[in-house]
Formats: sequence, C-alpha cells, structure tokens
Amino acid sequence: MTDGPLAPFMKAFAAIGRMVIGLFAMVGRVALFTVTTLIRAVTPPYYPSRFFAQLMEIGWYSLPVVGLTAIFTGSALAQQIYTGGSRFDASSTVPAIVVFGMVRELGPVLCGLMVAGRVASAMAAELGTMRVTEQLDALTTLRTDAYRYLIAPRLFACVIALPLMTLIANTIGIMGGYLLAVYKLGFNASAYLASTRQYLQADDVEMALVKAAVFGVIIAIMGCYNGFRTAGGAAGVGKATTDAVVSSFMLILFSDLIITIVAFG
Amino acid sequence: MADEPKIKLTEVAKRFDEKVVLDGVNLSVEPGESVAIIGGSGTGKSVTLKCILGLLKPDSGSVQVDGQEIVGARQREIEKVRAKFGMLFQGGALFDSLPIWRNVTFGLTQGRMRHAGEMRKVAEENLERVGLGREILNLRPSELSGGMQKRVALARAIAPRPEIIFFDEPTTGLDPIRADVINDLITSLVEDLGVTALTITHDMASARKIAHRVAMLYNGRIVWHGPRDRLYDSGNPYVDQFVQGRADGPIR
Repeated sequence: MTDGPLAPFMKAFAAIGRMVIGLFAMVGRVALFTVTTLIRAVTPPYYPSRFFAQLMEIGWYSLPVVGLTAIFTGSALAQQIYTGGSRFDASSTVPAIVVFGMVRELGPVLCGLMVAGRVASAMAAELGTMRVTEQLDALTTLRTDAYRYLIAPRLFACVIALPLMTLIANTIGIMGGYLLAVYKLGFNASAYLASTRQYLQADDVEMALVKAAVFGVIIAIMGCYNGFRTAGGAAGVGKATTDAVVSSFMLILFSDLIITIVAFG
Repeated sequence: MADEPKIKLTEVAKRFDEKVVLDGVNLSVEPGESVAIIGGSGTGKSVTLKCILGLLKPDSGSVQVDGQEIVGARQREIEKVRAKFGMLFQGGALFDSLPIWRNVTFGLTQGRMRHAGEMRKVAEENLERVGLGREILNLRPSELSGGMQKRVALARAIAPRPEIIFFDEPTTGLDPIRADVINDLITSLVEDLGVTALTITHDMASARKIAHRVAMLYNGRIVWHGPRDRLYDSGNPYVDQFVQGRADGPIR
C-alpha cells in the first residue's frame, strides 16, 4: 500500500485521516471529561471554601481587566458609529447601537475572552503543574476526588462569575459610550440616556447572561481538561496553558455564533 | 489470616501502547515486613507501585491486598482498600496552595476545612514524629528545603495511620546525611507503627538499611529476591552488576 506511484497521495490521505480521527477522539475525551465533571460536581462531598476562593480569583480579580476592556470598547464603539453613521440621525443611532452591540455581543464575548485569557490559562498551568509534580496522584492516594476538590469549585465559580461580570461589563461599556458621546461628541445627556433606556431590552440581557454562563462552562472545562491531561514536565505545562487559551477562545466564539443564530436568527 | 500476605502480586503485566513495562511481576509482602524493589530507571518500579495503588490498571494479572482483589474491582472497593495505604512521593508532592498543617492532615479531612484546632494538633504530633517543630505549621511547602519537604510528606503519609506505606525513591535528591535521616525515619516508623512498607529505590545503601527483603526488577520481571544480607552475594549476575554499579554485564 505504501509503494508505487500513488504512495505520496496515500501518505497525504493517511495524514488527513489521522487528523480527523484525532479530532473525534479529542471531542470524545472532552465530552467524557465534561460528563464526569458534572456528575461528580453534583454529588458530595462539596468544597464550599474552595468555591469561594475560586469565585474571588475568577470574578473579583478579573474585574479590573474586564472593566477596562468594556469602557474602552464602549467608547470606541460610540466614536465609530458617530463617524460612520453621521449620515443617519446620529443622536439616536449612537445610543441604540452601543446598547445593542454591548449587551448582545461585545459584553459577554469580551468578558468571556478576557476571563479565558486570565483564568483558563491559570487553571491549566496550576492543574498541569499538579499533574507533573504528582500532586494529583497524591490527592487520589489521600482519598480525595480531584474532580470534586479541584474542578467542581472552578466550574461553579465560572458559571456564576461570568454572568455577573457580563452585567458589569455591559454597564461599564454603555457608560463608556455615554461618556464619550456626551463629553466629546456633544450629545445631550438626558436624551442619550432616554434612548439608551428605550433600546435596552430584557430579552437581550437574558440572552447575554445565558451566553456568559455557557462561556463560563467552556472556560472551566477547557482550563481543567488541558491541565489534567498534561504530560512531559515544564514544556507540557506550557503547552497545556496554550491549548487551554486557544481552545477556549475558539469555543467561546463558536458557541457565541451558534447561540446568536438560534436566538436571533 | 496470619499467613496471608499483606500484598500479593501475581503475573502483573502492563504495557503502554507497544512498550511492555511489566511482563508478569510476582511479589508478595508479609504483614509488618519491609520490602525494597530495586532496579534501574525505567524498569517499571513506579508502574508496579501505581498498579498496587490503583492509579494504573494492569492489563492482566492479579493484585491482592489482604486477600482482596484490586484489579477489576469497583471504584468503591478500591477506595476502601486505599484507606489502608500511605504514599511518599518522590518529589514530596505536597500541595503548594495549602499551609504545612493542612498538608499533613489532608488525608484526615480529605481537603475539607474543618476541625482546625484539632487538626493543627494532629499535624504537630505527626511533624514531631518526623523530627520537625511546630514553627513550620503555617509555612507553605515552597518555603521549606527539599529534605524538610520530604519529611513533611512523610508526616502526611503517616497521619491517617495507614497499614501499608509506599516509598517512591525516598532518598533521591537528598545529600547522604539527609538521606540517612529519612532511612532512619522509615526504619523507626516500620518498627514503631508496625506498618508494612514497600519501597522502590536505586539507592543501595538505603535499600540495605530499610528493607528486610529486596527484590530486583529488570525488564518487567522480578529477576531475584532475597533477604537484604544476601544482596552483595546473591550469585545473580543482574543483582551483582546493579549493586556494584558496573556498566558491563547482562544489564545494558
């Protein structure tokens, strides 16, 4: 099979085949990991103190990054729409698009991406180091389930922190747009707020919260999964960290697209 | 009951992909006995240990602890058997996010943050047993030297009063004096606490000091076992080459 004039083509096909099989194998492993995590997470013992520590780490300490990202993006968005949309009635388009843009899309996605960059990498690095230094084996020999002790608190903390932070990011982003519009572009403050309120809809906020919760699951699972299956010392930890960030970015953007199409399409 | 071995391995085999690591290991350890498995790097010593601990699943063969089969047993059964085990990892494997006293009592609390006062006392007692004082209770593992970390790890392993303790290269990475401190600790623990000990090592001085009986692992099989006094006149070419540290011989 590997001889003859077709050999190079066969090799290419074989390589593609291996990649496809590898991809399916990975999807299977991640799915299995997710199911195991969910089952273990809802059965005792629980570790509330671990959960609160993670909530602080994931939520509270990510706030500065998320807040800054939101205020810059909200302001930039207002400026762009003002410049690009001056053909229309700018006084109502700017607040409307800032609200739609932030709440529906940028708030949850930017929040998800910033937290993924900060937290998924940290999870993968921490669990990966625990793997290569045998701390995960030590947990098992001390009869403690790593899924319940390490992963479940991170999962719960992410699922709760991300929606809360998205609300904050939305608020700050809209405020950024407002500040720029009023103080730089000379909009009327009360008219801007009135239009903002008019275009702010409960459905959109709910959808943003759903997206954020899904992103939270993605961040925790990809961070922990990649950390858990780390092998090969310091280089392995580096690779796990990269994989965690890249895969959670991709999955966040992909699931955002899917949810958006399903909800608004 | 009395004549039943504490740990009994029968024809344990394990391979990773194509690579055969264990090729039918037979070994039994009597209650209260201290056995050392010697062998070069990559001969499957750690894999043997992990198969007994249930961290790895052998492809075939049988692992019995107090007559109970582990291979193929349900998770719940394995958990029960694990309650009898303590393990000293090569690098200590202390949890670096927790203070020393939480590390030492981890096997008792399973990581839950309860009974702080009582647990500090338990930690203090166990640290004393390995020759460490109460001043390190609140430190983090990274603030200790390698030898102290190993002693803390030893305190953590003995805190739940296991019946069987596994030592993975207990003296590796320590200077000869600190290594001997660890050897003395292991010897006294085996005697005082009456535990069964299984050590894997390539440190001959350590094996001779802490073990009643030595087994040599080569190419995934036990090629020799006997009392420690016979280690240097075993008549076995593999053991001779290994204990004398010669480059030429049957082991390549």
